[in-house]
Amino acid sequence: MPAPVIVATDLVKKYKDFAAVDGITFEVAPGESFGLLGPNGAGKSTTMRMIGAVSTRSSGSLSILGLDPNEHGPAIRSQLGVVPQQDNLDTELRVRDNLLVYGRYFGLPRAQVAARADELLEFAQLSDRAKAKVDDLSGGMKRRLTIARALINEPRVLLLDEPTTGLDPQARHILWDRLYRLREQGTTLVLTTHYMDEAEQLADRLIVVDKGRIMAEGSPASLIREHSSREVLEVRFGSERNATAAADLAGIGDRLEVLPDRILLYAHSGEEALAEVTRRGLEPITSLVRRSSLEDVFLKLTGRSLIE
Amino acid sequence: MTTTLDRPRSGGVKALYAGNARAVVGRGLLATRSTNWIIVLTGVFEPIFYLLAMGIGLGSYISGVTDARGDQIPYAAFIAPALLAVSAMNGAVYDSTWNVFFKMHFGKLYQGMLATSLGPLDVALGEISLALLRGAAYGTTFLLVMQALGLNLSWTALLALPAILLIAFGFASLGMGITSYLKTFQQMDWIQFVMLPMFLFSATFYPITVYPEPIQWVVQALPLWHGVELVRGLTTGALTWAMLVHLGYFLVMIALGLIFTTRRLRALFLD
Repeated sequence: MPAPVIVATDLVKKYKDFAAVDGITFEVAPGESFGLLGPNGAGKSTTMRMIGAVSTRSSGSLSILGLDPNEHGPAIRSQLGVVPQQDNLDTELRVRDNLLVYGRYFGLPRAQVAARADELLEFAQLSDRAKAKVDDLSGGMKRRLTIARALINEPRVLLLDEPTTGLDPQARHILWDRLYRLREQGTTLVLTTHYMDEAEQLADRLIVVDKGRIMAEGSPASLIREHSSREVLEVRFGSERNATAAADLAGIGDRLEVLPDRILLYAHSGEEALAEVTRRGLEPITSLVRRSSLEDVFLKLTGRSLIE
Repeated sequence: MTTTLDRPRSGGVKALYAGNARAVVGRGLLATRSTNWIIVLTGVFEPIFYLLAMGIGLGSYISGVTDARGDQIPYAAFIAPALLAVSAMNGAVYDSTWNVFFKMHFGKLYQGMLATSLGPLDVALGEISLALLRGAAYGTTFLLVMQALGLNLSWTALLALPAILLIAFGFASLGMGITSYLKTFQQMDWIQFVMLPMFLFSATFYPITVYPEPIQWVVQALPLWHGVELVRGLTTGALTWAMLVHLGYFLVMIALGLIFTTRRLRALFLD
C-alpha cells in the first residue's frame, strides 16, 4: 500500500479553553477522496486549516506529504490546492489574471502558468469569461474559478471546504461533475461538507465529525449499513399529534426518531412498516418511504440533524 | 531548527519566507494598472501645492532662515526637503495602511496568498516594496520640481532619493504592522490623527529651536523629524554628523517594523 498523504494522530486545536478539534485521528491515501461530514461548528474547517498548513495544532501529530506543517509550511502548501469556504478571489484582477498571479505566488515560471491557466479556464468552463471582472461572475462561476485557481500548481492534494454551500442546485451539479472528473484523474480530494448528498456523491470514505470528535468512519455505504436500517419510513401527523402518535408507533421497525415535524421509522422494508402503521389504525397526513442516508447515520450518532 | 520545544511552533525562516516577494509586487502592479492608478497620481500634487503656497507665496515674506551650518537659505529651500520627506511618508503610509486594511478585511487577499507557498515575510516585503515604489515615484517627481525651482542647493540632493526610500521603508514596515490591529474605519482615522500633527510640528515649516527643550525632545523622538533633517541636510548640502543618527533611526525602524509586521501576519493568518 502506498504511503498515506495525510496522517493525523490525536489532532487537537484549542482556542483558549475551547477545543475546536478535540483529538481526531485519520489517514488519507493517495488518490482517495476523503470527506469530513458534520454540522456547522463541528471543527471541520479548523481541521482543514491545519491540513492546509495555515494553522498550528495545539497538540497531537500531523504529517502532510511526509512533512510536519510546523516546520515546512511553505513546502507543504506548494503541493496543496486550497478552496476555502468563502471565495477569496482577487477582485482587483480579472478572471485569467487571477490564475496567472496565483501561479506566480508559487514561484512557477510565467510561460508555464500561462499555459496552465488556459487549460484550467477550459476545465472550469470559463474560457469565454477570461477577461471578465471577478465581481461580474455568478456564484457558481466564482466557485469554479476558485477551484481552477487551486489547481494552478498541479497540487497533489486538493482541499475543499464546503465546496457547494450557497450554490443553487444546477451550479452544484456542474461543480460536482468537475470534481468527479478530478477524482477520476486520480487527484486526492479532501472535502468538508454538511450536505449528506454531497458526501455520498464525492467521498470514497468519510469521517463523521461532531464537536471536534470523530463519531464514525467508513465509506458512505458501509456507514449506512452499520448505523441505520435499509429503509426509512417518514410519517407526518401534524405538529400537535406527532408526540402522541409516536407512542402508538412503538415497536414498528428497529428504531424510531421523533423530530419536531415528522417521525422517522427505521425498518428493513418501509412499505411493510407503513402497512403496520395503517393496520394500527393510524392515519398519517403524509408518508414517504426512502433509502437510509448519511443524514440518518448522523441523527443516530448524535441525536441531532446535520442542518439545524 | 533542530531543538524541540514543548509546544510545536513554526520553525525557522523557511516557514516564514519563500524568497518570492516579487510575486506580491507583481500582483500589486497589475492591480494598480487595472484599477486605481489615477488615485496614485493625485498624491504627487499635494506636496507641490504646499511648496507653491507656503514656500514661494508665504516664503516671500520670510527671511533669516538658515541651514544646519548657519548659512542663509531661501525659505522655500528650507521647507522643500521637509515636504519631500512628508511626501515619501504619505505615499508609504497610504499604501501600507488603507490599502492593507482593505486587503485584509474585505479582499481577504492575504488569506489567499498565505494558502500558497508564500510566507508572511514574502507578503510583508512585497507589500512594503509597493509602498516604496510609490514613495520613490512621489519623491522623484518632487525632486524634479525642486530642481526646476532652483531649490536643490547642492549635488548631494541626488542622495535625497535613496534617503526618502529609507524613510518610506521605515513608515511602510511599521504602518503595515499597526494596520493589522485596526478593525474598523473609525480606528483608521487615528492614523490621520497622528500623521497630521507630526507633519505640522516636525520642524517642517520652521526650525525645531523655536520649541522649549522638553517639546524638542518629543519632536526628536518622532520619525518624521529625523526624515526631515536627513533630507534637508542633503538638499541644502549642509552635511552634519547628526545625519548618521537619522540614518540609524530609520534602519532600526525598518528592522523593528519588519519583525513586527511579519509576526502579526503570522499570528493573523498562520495561527
